[in-house]
Amino acid sequence: MNLINLFLESLSTLTLNKTRTGLAILGIIIGIGSVIALVSLGQATQKSIQNQIQSLGSNLLTVSPGAVNQGGVRGASGGGTTLTLEDAKTIESSPQITTIQTVSPELSKRTQITTGASNTNVQVIGVTPAYSDVHKIAVDSGNFITQHDVDAMTKVAVIGPQVATDLFGTSSPIGQKIRAGGQTLTVVGVTVSKGGTGFQNQDDIVFVPLSTAQKQMFGSDYLSSIALEAKSSDQMLAAQDEVGYFLLARHKITDPTLADFSIFSQQDILNTASSVTGTFTTLLSGVAAISLLVGGIGIMNIMLVTVTERTREIGLRKALGAKKKIIITQFLSESIILTFTGGLFGIVLGILASFIISKISNSLFVVSPSSILLAFAVSAAIGIIFGWYPAQRASNLQPIEALRYE
Amino acid sequence: MTDKAIIKASHLTKVYKTDLLETVALSDVSFTINKGEFVAIMGPSGSGKSTLMHILGALDKPTSGEYILDGENVENLSDDELADIRNRKIGFVFQAFNLLPRTSTLKNVILPMTYAGIPKDEAEKTAIKYLKMVGLNDRLNHTSNQISGGQQQRVAIARALVLNPAIILADEPTGNIASAQANEIMAIFQDLNNKGHTIVMITHEPDIAEHAKRIIHIRDGKIAQDSNGHKQLLVKKNK
Repeated sequence: MNLINLFLESLSTLTLNKTRTGLAILGIIIGIGSVIALVSLGQATQKSIQNQIQSLGSNLLTVSPGAVNQGGVRGASGGGTTLTLEDAKTIESSPQITTIQTVSPELSKRTQITTGASNTNVQVIGVTPAYSDVHKIAVDSGNFITQHDVDAMTKVAVIGPQVATDLFGTSSPIGQKIRAGGQTLTVVGVTVSKGGTGFQNQDDIVFVPLSTAQKQMFGSDYLSSIALEAKSSDQMLAAQDEVGYFLLARHKITDPTLADFSIFSQQDILNTASSVTGTFTTLLSGVAAISLLVGGIGIMNIMLVTVTERTREIGLRKALGAKKKIIITQFLSESIILTFTGGLFGIVLGILASFIISKISNSLFVVSPSSILLAFAVSAAIGIIFGWYPAQRASNLQPIEALRYE
Repeated sequence: MTDKAIIKASHLTKVYKTDLLETVALSDVSFTINKGEFVAIMGPSGSGKSTLMHILGALDKPTSGEYILDGENVENLSDDELADIRNRKIGFVFQAFNLLPRTSTLKNVILPMTYAGIPKDEAEKTAIKYLKMVGLNDRLNHTSNQISGGQQQRVAIARALVLNPAIILADEPTGNIASAQANEIMAIFQDLNNKGHTIVMITHEPDIAEHAKRIIHIRDGKIAQDSNGHKQLLVKKNK
């Protein structure tokens, strides 16, 4: 019995009971659809986090205060008081340091910002002009913090586009006054939007001169981080070592495990973020796989009902000479058609859903061809796996029992 | 005994066992049916005639005894080999017609040929030929619920004939149809028998059994009487 005939016959059998066929397929549609949607959601998250991290600057090393490891207790990074402006200056000027191009000392703190009418809570970062090079910040209107601002401790601020919109709406913020940390600052520039959502919105930031932040606003002599730009990406590891040993010597620490600072490269952050989002994606796929499993069980259920319902027909076919293999193939092809059709519609639904999610959450739209191929393979496999038992049961019916069945 | 024997049953015994009791459905039944015979197997319900029919139809195996169908011993065959025997050597006609529901008469008649691996074109031609023979060539695309019981049984007869089987095995072929149509069916059987087909028919109705040339009476799992049916056939003709 040739396969095309078998296929057409199965198809016509399935169309006889459209509601039931539709409901059985629905389980698979939802299963495959959610797998595709959730996997692509995970991949989009991963991709956008990677983009965001890369947009923080290239060849970036960050030195944070606080011990990596102190007697088995990890110090909170960023909270320490071990990095000073002197550290940053000597890294920049020392002839021992050969791999670093730019040094950006930074002091950042979440602070309430107010204008006459509105207020917002943002990250205020005290910076030097080097910040814009290291972190690839461009200015949309006005200008960035200058060396003169840092030297003269001027009360100016450069604000992110998100802050500009939050505080001033559509009117130009240049020349406007804002209050932060007990000081009144004049807005001299607005940065170009970097976009991005997630753990650190780069548009929701206010920059002030480092000296102003340290002396006038936060009253701190320390830095919350030093950002370093290596000369090239293949010098990252060397730079990490060089700066590490240099600072150990400066801080008079002989045992590297007792260091009172830590250095992360951007690659480290990227790897960590990737592994986190990878776990997240796996978790989502796991949840989706469960719905696929439920869909598969639905198919098995329907096929078992079909076998029972068609007991007499199976008996007749066997009486007329159908071998086991033919009966198995017949029922398997029905379940495969069910799951395959479900897979097809599921893929369409999944792509549609991930498109809508990407529109709503304003994130990337990523559908990998491999997940579509996988969905096809999985839906066919489900047809075989969950169709096998009912088909086997049908083929093992004894013709007399089956013919007698009412 | 000679090659004229299509069915050779020797000492067929069938015992159904449940946990509590054994039921002997057939006990030491032996007979031979030759090519070209028209045999009715008669008996009241519970006599074992259905069991005998299942064994003759290779749908079931005897507990003991030997059954040779058209030169092939059915005893040691696997399920698939039995399916093959049923396909090639036996044409079934059932009481309930057993056509595939919602399927055209043509496709119903083609079905055994697809299992035999006959190409589609040839199978279709053969099916039309036999449907013409039973007078249904104008009902090729009707489904079984669109035609009468008598017509359905004629489709079943066409289906039984397409692979030119060694025997036609009919189980109460007129049990579900009106008497006028029943006579038409019996006329077709007699006609087929006259053309040389071997027919074995199970029935509990004496006036249907009369159409056969030989009647085997089964009672309590044994052959009670094996008589010549010619007389009854003559009686029928005199009616």
